[in-house]
Amino acid sequence: MDNITIVNAKKNIEYIVQEISGGVGARRRLNQMGIHVGDIIIVRRSGIMGGPVLIEVNGSEVAIGRGMAKKIIVGAVR
Amino acid sequence: MSSNSDKRNSDSDLKIVLVGQPNCGKSTIFNEVAGYRSISSNFPGATIQYTKSRVSVEGKVCELVDLPGVYSLSSFDEAERVSQQYLINEPVDVVVNVIDASLLGRSLELTLQLLDLKIPMVICLNMADEAEKKGIFIDTSELSKKLGVHVVTTVASRGRGIDNLFKSVVETAEKGTTGNIIKNSRDVEIIIAKLAEILKNSLDSSLPFLGRLLAVKLLENDPFFVDYINKSHPELTKAIEDFQKELSRTHGRPSDAVMNGERHALSLTIFEDVTHLGKPKRDLRKSVDKVLMHNVWGYFFLILFLFIFFNTIFRLGALVEAPMMALVEKGVQETARIFGSGSMAAMVSGAVINGFGGGLAIILPYLFPFLFGLALLEDIGYLPRVAFLMDAFMHKIGLHGKAVIPAVIGYGCNVPAIMATRILESPRDRFIASLIAAMVPCAARMTIIMGLVGFYLGGTAAMLIYLLNLIVISISGRVLSKLLPEVTPGMLLEIPQYQVPRLGTLLQKTWLRLKEFIFIAWPLLVGGSIVLGFIEYFNFSVFINKMLSPITWILGLPSQTGITLIFGVFKKELSMLMLFQAMGTRDLLTVMTYGQILVFTVFVVFYVPCVATIGALYKAIGSKRMILITVFTFILALVIGFLTRVLTWVVW
Repeated sequence: MDNITIVNAKKNIEYIVQEISGGVGARRRLNQMGIHVGDIIIVRRSGIMGGPVLIEVNGSEVAIGRGMAKKIIVGAVR
Repeated sequence: MSSNSDKRNSDSDLKIVLVGQPNCGKSTIFNEVAGYRSISSNFPGATIQYTKSRVSVEGKVCELVDLPGVYSLSSFDEAERVSQQYLINEPVDVVVNVIDASLLGRSLELTLQLLDLKIPMVICLNMADEAEKKGIFIDTSELSKKLGVHVVTTVASRGRGIDNLFKSVVETAEKGTTGNIIKNSRDVEIIIAKLAEILKNSLDSSLPFLGRLLAVKLLENDPFFVDYINKSHPELTKAIEDFQKELSRTHGRPSDAVMNGERHALSLTIFEDVTHLGKPKRDLRKSVDKVLMHNVWGYFFLILFLFIFFNTIFRLGALVEAPMMALVEKGVQETARIFGSGSMAAMVSGAVINGFGGGLAIILPYLFPFLFGLALLEDIGYLPRVAFLMDAFMHKIGLHGKAVIPAVIGYGCNVPAIMATRILESPRDRFIASLIAAMVPCAARMTIIMGLVGFYLGGTAAMLIYLLNLIVISISGRVLSKLLPEVTPGMLLEIPQYQVPRLGTLLQKTWLRLKEFIFIAWPLLVGGSIVLGFIEYFNFSVFINKMLSPITWILGLPSQTGITLIFGVFKKELSMLMLFQAMGTRDLLTVMTYGQILVFTVFVVFYVPCVATIGALYKAIGSKRMILITVFTFILALVIGFLTRVLTWVVW
């Protein structure tokens, strides 16, 4: 399976974070919330009308605005 | 630390600082010990609050400080910068690192940064019960051995383990246990050591940050430290950049990412070494979100909750307000009797009572229940869900989900709403959110909408004004965000587990926010009331009506309404009360048309915020933008008022 952004990811399936594109700021903020390259995440929910994506990572739930969500690229867990 | 001891205040034996990530239960621990007798204060030059209190622990007088919740220690955002500076510059005896045990893996990243500071430290594994529910079992003695500090398990929400925690704190202070420095990969450590050596040789040895800590921060590209070196020792800039490049070259990513990655990996390794995972218990709270964050039902319940919330407050408030205002009225009459009706003394004392009582009549019946209810929604954990649901809509006006919070608060009172804009990351977002917060019809404006339009033209017309306001706010937000085309940083928000709130914490939060109104808005109300008293006393109203005649002419209102508009600047609902007085009757229909009543209400709802709000705006976004918002809303109100006039002329 090709790598996709979490916006396009299927719900309730484990993915592994492959890349966080974007600048230092976005990367740093995502890192702080416990989202790093190599982490396993599950998309739980996505808001209507371009709303945020809700993901589960290391036991906590994080809402990520659509713009930032597009910067998180995930792939299948091998 | 010897250099620190001479800075110490002589009136406390120990200075204990609570540090932890947001939602870790730090404040609950603080309240448990401080017993809600806390003093809150602002960091100089910043709007981030921390609370401190003097407490007695194990027979020692201690100063206990609760720093704002931070995910890491850096100077990238305000709360973090402020926490970092505090820990570096203040003579702290013991840091208590509070950790949500159910999120140990992530929390350890902050812990590792705290260990680098070499301040005596104790780890408090809070919410131990939550962790076990999730199936996470932590070997505390193993964790303690690895980090070299005491680890104490607590369930602060039930007061469990707090005694043990502070016993450990005192013991740690006496021994000065600073814990282990946890080493990164060998190649990274070599670079850190090389850089630290260079720094040690060229910097003044009295700096509170030196050696390894500084080297790590510089490799992370932390703005404060990089700036500091660039300014004070520009000759070192090159060397630092070389080390950053070396790190980035050997690891194939920017040096800050390497450092963060190292810390993340270390945290996870420690986490895996000290925990064993069991089967998580089924958690009912997860199912609640299936409804409350649902793409359809979520909005249904959001509207329902807000309806119940506002309805309860306004009904309760009305019950208390009437007798209070009667009391104020009686007080004014009493002073008039004592000083002699019409004397200046009677006028001034009457004005003071009016301003004071008027403030009280907002605070007790409306603001207190409102802020308490808000704290309740916040502590239960509902507000982040609201931000999630509203994010898409807030993006339409150039903001993101979190900005919905100040907007909602604004319906109660604009002052705390503007204060709440500080939760937003960028100054541009705070500015737009402040404008929106100032335009939301607060409780005072609601009384005008209900008292004039609702009373004379019916409930539907009143609802239409709210709708009109919502539309105008959306358009203003949209236009402003187009004028300030900066990409909002986007929402990134932890959605915490629902929690059962604690009364004490709720009251403390309510009080903290109430204080902002009491110390900013209340004095302005009393002052404004006195000014108005003088206007009346010297019979300036004719003069003012003449001065304001261009406005009343554009709006097609009787010229006597001019003076009431001035009153409204001081306190919105005064506009209506003074309207009755200025027109000399309670039955407005004998002197005004339906159209004029509508135009008057629309104008008063939109035009400049009240003085208290202007004060809050000044504090939050500075004088220039405060004036900008004031002028903007005034022109906007004039335009919308005029359009309403044209509309009513067409309809009637």
